[in-house]
Amino acid sequence: MLAELLQNPALWRGDALASTLRPGVPTGFAELDAELPGGGWPLGALIEILPAASGIGELRLLAPAMARLSAQGRYLAWIAPPYQPYAPALAAAGIDLTRMLIVRITGTQDALWATELALRARACGAVLAWPTQVRFSELRRLQLAAQGGQALAWLIRSPEAALDASPAPLRLRLETRAGMPTVDIFKRRGRPVAGPLLLPSLAIRHALDRPLSAPPAARTVRQHDHA
Amino acid sequence: MTLAPPATVLLEVSASLKLFKGLPAMLRSQRSGLKAMGHVAAIAVAPTPTAAAWLARAGVEKHVGAARLQQVLAALPVALIEDQAKTLEALENIGVRTLGELLALPRAGVARRFGETLIAQLDRALGHQPDPRTWYLPPASFRAGIELPAEVNNAEQLLFAARRLVLQLCGYLAGRAAGVQRFTLELLHAGSQATLCVIGLVAPAADAGHFMRLLRERLQRTALPRPVSAMVLAADTIEALAKDSLSLFQDALQAAGDWQELVEHLRARLGKEAVSGLALCAEHRPEYASVGTEPRAEPGAAKSPSAQFGERPLWLLAQPATLLEADGLPQYQGALKLLVGPERIESGWWDGREVKRDYFVAVSRGGSLLWIYRERQLDSRWYLHGFFA
Repeated sequence: MLAELLQNPALWRGDALASTLRPGVPTGFAELDAELPGGGWPLGALIEILPAASGIGELRLLAPAMARLSAQGRYLAWIAPPYQPYAPALAAAGIDLTRMLIVRITGTQDALWATELALRARACGAVLAWPTQVRFSELRRLQLAAQGGQALAWLIRSPEAALDASPAPLRLRLETRAGMPTVDIFKRRGRPVAGPLLLPSLAIRHALDRPLSAPPAARTVRQHDHA
Repeated sequence: MTLAPPATVLLEVSASLKLFKGLPAMLRSQRSGLKAMGHVAAIAVAPTPTAAAWLARAGVEKHVGAARLQQVLAALPVALIEDQAKTLEALENIGVRTLGELLALPRAGVARRFGETLIAQLDRALGHQPDPRTWYLPPASFRAGIELPAEVNNAEQLLFAARRLVLQLCGYLAGRAAGVQRFTLELLHAGSQATLCVIGLVAPAADAGHFMRLLRERLQRTALPRPVSAMVLAADTIEALAKDSLSLFQDALQAAGDWQELVEHLRARLGKEAVSGLALCAEHRPEYASVGTEPRAEPGAAKSPSAQFGERPLWLLAQPATLLEADGLPQYQGALKLLVGPERIESGWWDGREVKRDYFVAVSRGGSLLWIYRERQLDSRWYLHGFFA
């Protein structure tokens, strides 16, 4: 009787990952998929990514899912990116550049408006937004837009935002620990994650394994090992 | 359709009755359309264009069949006949006030005394003579304006007035199965230059609701130097519209239309330059290898850059940032460690933006992977050019 009950998918146990009706979009990192409800980036939910710094893999973390969505003809809307998305590297990551929509905005209100609009548009497969100073009520609005839409809703925020409450069902920190990219899922549906997740495959190994060639002519540069 | 100045429009409706599901339904749709555009009209239906025009001008809003035509016309005043004032005065002097009284007079005498044109008009009205008309051809571009009853300076009131013009535009477009890719709303001020709101679309469209949404975004962000006294809606280039009404792939088409609406909606509020696509460019200088383009509808195959150089970063800085140097090493939140490099890039001597740089992949103490270079001309300073995000 109890065993039968436990088989019922409508029943959720406190120690299990939350089951979702919609499967997620695979992240391209098996270790991460295993920890995410739905086995990937969840659809219809606001996802907060909090990188500790620029250049630690914050886009590489999202690139496999973006490549997959763009191959399906879905658009990738980049709202208020802090720097220029660079075509050669995006193409090398397998992203179809014709699906890129870049929206340059300076005002916070305009950025939130554009994010909400993109989340509600059915053509978008993923919305990446870099809002500054976003309030709880505004996050709530975005969460509602994400719920009604069909796009992945990635909000990339500063690490300090972890201290503020947020209606986003999935929140994760990205940092480098001892040279290793580490994902800390500090909020998700279902039971909390045991601890930070090391993602060795997120490091750009292949480039770094090449030896440093001759130093530049102008000045001597000492040889360094990969940390 | 024929225009009959000063204020009459003649429509040949017998061929269109089936399309509009009968005369009453057609009249209803005409009336509501006229009302939405702010026109007041008297509508009459008769077997001949002249008779219909006379009835409408007399304000007799009737549907008259061929059998009762002469009887109904007989009650109308002779003043409706288009002739010299002298003729009409002469008719009045002999006591002829209605068309009925005129028709009762001997035909030959009337023709001799008042001219053949009078008789010809009567014959055409009654259908005794053919009444060929030149069909109206809509102009190749659209331009319509309205004077505002009072000066207006708020967006809501402007939108209310603009709606009439947008409906006119869409009616005009529907008549030619066409769309516009660009239209302009000119806001005219007394005593200063007009304010122009140019709305550009990704693809030709003729959807009044969409046009209004775009205008709303634009008008809410347009600073008006003065109150608006009149407005003009203009569309110069009218383009054929692909009809996709009976497609099997309705969903795919809607999603495709959806992205265009997204781009247009964003641009209406943020400006055209705010939204762009991205493309590769075969160019050695890193800052020119990635270019902004118009957003595209056609998916391309995901392809790698034709020539694979060293590793390239996902973020590029719009302007390379100077890095300080200490102990022979570039600094970014502490000393940087060089991991890969140098990759020498020398190019562009022909266009005056020559580049001579040695690029390195470097890691900061915080674990950030940076794309930096050392300048090889002028100074030999270090610059940060991108992040391996």
